[in-house]
Amino acid sequence: MNFYVSFGTVLLLLAITAPTALAFGFGGAMAARSRFLPLSWLGKAYIAIVRGVPDIAFFLFFVIALDQAFEYIRHQVKCPDWPDAIRQGNDFVVCSEAKLPLGNAAQWVHETYGFVLAVLTFSIVFGAFAANVLYGGMRAVPQGQLETAEAYGMSRRQTFWRILVPQMWVYALPGLGNLWMVLTKATPLLFLLGVEDIVYWARELGGIKGERFTAYPHGDWRMWYFLVLLVFYLGLTRVSEIVLDGLMRKLTHGQATSGGEAQRKVAA
Amino acid sequence: MSCWQTISDYAFRSLGFGERLLPRGDFTLCQQFTLIGSGMIWNVYFGLIALLTGFFLATAVAMGKASSNRLIRKPSEWFIFLFRGSPLFIQFFFAYFFFLSLKSQYAVFDPFTSAAIGAAIVLFLNTAAYSGEIFYGALQSIPKGDTEAADAYGFSGWAKFRKITWPTMLRLAWPAYTNEAIFLFHSTTLVFFSGFPAWQQRGDALYYASYFADKTFNPFVPYPILAGYFILMTLVIITVMGAINRRLNRHLPQDRRPRMRFRTPAMR
Repeated sequence: MNFYVSFGTVLLLLAITAPTALAFGFGGAMAARSRFLPLSWLGKAYIAIVRGVPDIAFFLFFVIALDQAFEYIRHQVKCPDWPDAIRQGNDFVVCSEAKLPLGNAAQWVHETYGFVLAVLTFSIVFGAFAANVLYGGMRAVPQGQLETAEAYGMSRRQTFWRILVPQMWVYALPGLGNLWMVLTKATPLLFLLGVEDIVYWARELGGIKGERFTAYPHGDWRMWYFLVLLVFYLGLTRVSEIVLDGLMRKLTHGQATSGGEAQRKVAA
Repeated sequence: MSCWQTISDYAFRSLGFGERLLPRGDFTLCQQFTLIGSGMIWNVYFGLIALLTGFFLATAVAMGKASSNRLIRKPSEWFIFLFRGSPLFIQFFFAYFFFLSLKSQYAVFDPFTSAAIGAAIVLFLNTAAYSGEIFYGALQSIPKGDTEAADAYGFSGWAKFRKITWPTMLRLAWPAYTNEAIFLFHSTTLVFFSGFPAWQQRGDALYYASYFADKTFNPFVPYPILAGYFILMTLVIITVMGAINRRLNRHLPQDRRPRMRFRTPAMR
């Protein structure tokens, strides 16, 4: 049963992460485009750092780092008169009220907290990739379009929201689609973040004996469980390909690109 | 203990030479640098093996996908879809348990469950599929004039492929192939986090980095060290591949040579 639920976990993660990462990416791209120099550096640094390093290292890094950051903030707020240092040699100690989740919380709180951390980590990492793609998309919009908007007396903000943003998607979509594929293929890494996802259950249920049950009435089936996962991901990829193709066709409609031109010719 | 002592003890720890016990407490910066660097040997090994062997299969697969014979084209297309459509992480798991169950039937497969051979095979097939797609794309964009000129000069069969088609394909594919190489080296970090066991704690760079992070509860030292090593390695790859790129394009006039654009793609 848990095995089937964990497929839902993966899909839920995708459903939450994709928009969040897009939002992070949008913010990053806007920051990188900003005229205010420090903000623009911040945006560019965010894109550059995350892209240069293997993501798996980031996944392992952010989960601990975020967890400690939250606990540190709560520690500062909840127990300001704590006498000891937080970092004692190799240990990270905060007062018990600042622990996240609280020591006496229910099991589902722990699980949800782990899941939320995972979503945040995925969003930060994929947000950087999305920021890069969107930044490229924004620069690809023909300069003439923006100049025309200015000539019509639009302010910088109006130009951005009314002209640039609606047009950039068609340039950004191939990159974003690619990113989506990569994101779906990165979901098994949830396992590394301690969430009980499909990889966990496939190992657990396929094995001869698990952590929870001493012996299963079957031999080593892990190979078959992983084969099922392989097929699941292949199916996910195929469906995404079809949906993205459809989306691309819709977005190119009426755009000043060669794709849009080709569509116009077919219709005419 | 001086730093030289640490280096001589742990420099080849990942291969099983030197001190057997990993440091247990009071980790010095020197120990972290040495052990993580020692783990990089594995990353370089996996990356090089997969890249060098995968290159030839990739050429074959690309030719297969471009073939007009259905019996050759379909298997190549399926091969590429299978390895590009599913997460590498799941492929590692599946391959490990696949070899494990083969091992129980035939003793010949005994060495395949070790990371050094089993994971190298998975990476080889995976990179062959990814670069095969890149080469296929390049094959499709060979200028028509080039092949027509080859026909006019009386080239055919193997000579045409060896002298005209193949060099042009490589020339066009090289920037994308460089990205693939960077990407491949990044994904070697996944090996010891999937099924493959790190026998006697001989792991790769990420294995040691996460060992330190687990023991010290401080991700802010080992992961940046790991990141530093990977950035260095990326620079080396860019230098080598850039030199090859210059050689492939040496017959072109300066301004028509394609510039290398580097973007590290995300995880696969």
